[in-house]
Amino acid sequence: MKYITLFIIIFALWLLMTFNLETPNLIVGAVVALITSLVFGKGFLQDSKKFFQLQRYFWIIVYLFIFIWECIKANFDVAYRVLSPSMPIKPGIVKVKTSLKTDIGKTFLANSITMTPGTITVDIIDDEFYIHWIYVSSEDPKEYTNKILGRFEKYIKRIFE
Amino acid sequence: MNDTISLIFIVIGVVFDLFGCIGLIRLPDVYNRLQSATKSVTLGTCSILFGLFIKYGFSAIGMKALIAIPLLFFASTVAAHALIRGSYKSGIKLWDKTVIDDYKDVQK
Amino acid sequence: MIISLLLYILIGLSFLCFFRVVFGPSIADRMVAIDIFGILVVGICALLVIKTGRLFLIDIAIAWIIFSFIGTLTLAKYLTGKKLDE
Repeated sequence: MKYITLFIIIFALWLLMTFNLETPNLIVGAVVALITSLVFGKGFLQDSKKFFQLQRYFWIIVYLFIFIWECIKANFDVAYRVLSPSMPIKPGIVKVKTSLKTDIGKTFLANSITMTPGTITVDIIDDEFYIHWIYVSSEDPKEYTNKILGRFEKYIKRIFE
Repeated sequence: MNDTISLIFIVIGVVFDLFGCIGLIRLPDVYNRLQSATKSVTLGTCSILFGLFIKYGFSAIGMKALIAIPLLFFASTVAAHALIRGSYKSGIKLWDKTVIDDYKDVQK
Repeated sequence: MIISLLLYILIGLSFLCFFRVVFGPSIADRMVAIDIFGILVVGICALLVIKTGRLFLIDIAIAWIIFSFIGTLTLAKYLTGKKLDE
């Protein structure tokens, strides 16, 4: 099952990248996708039936829009910090706790945190994220956990768990 | 019409690149430089690629530009994560005005 | 015309990155600058596609993303393994 899912993904990617539908191209793509999925299929997702549950795709689209909006907003924030003459930065590394269980959920959450300007994931140890933050706006753990994770966590839970 | 929209996206992208590189020069230590630089520059370059996609539409080159966006996105986030972790482990000090450092406790 | 101007701006930004590579106080600064330079080159390739109309440049951009990623990971691994603080 895992192998078939990976094969479909790789083959679709091949078709998008080469963008023609002639027979030789299809054959080469199928052979390459077969070899790749046989080699790397073992390390792929644990339960691949989630790929065929359609409501997850709806949440992915919602999440994508929210993510892009947050990204742009926060980018202007960082641009302001860089350009203003007094440089109002107050960096620090904080520890936040997540309630996500699966590895892929944690990976995506860490990537989202890294991509919103102002925060970078330094390390993940079990379910604790160590995050470098360019402007530590509050000292209270509950408040900053909510501030960093609250925007993304519920959507990622719906998508991956 | 398409040309105008794609030009707007490209100009926005170059402006974000500019902010990121100014941050690379101005900010005080490695960690803050990564903050500003990686993310602004990545968003800017994604914006340029998206402008390219709008200009060429659903042709071979437009699709390649569209595929390059998530690729660049994951590559640069993972690279930033690896770099910041590596520089912490190699013992480079945080800036003097850093207010809090929780990560110190888990290092042996 | 305006594309050429934007291209010159991006090339100037790469020189800012080289400033950080040459004068960076620690080795991690140089690695960050090289990483940023790799991403800027992708933008330059994308603009060159529009300016010159040669479509293979976008393939170069994709390949450049992958190789710069591998290079940065290698440098970061090297950084983790050894004590390099000045």
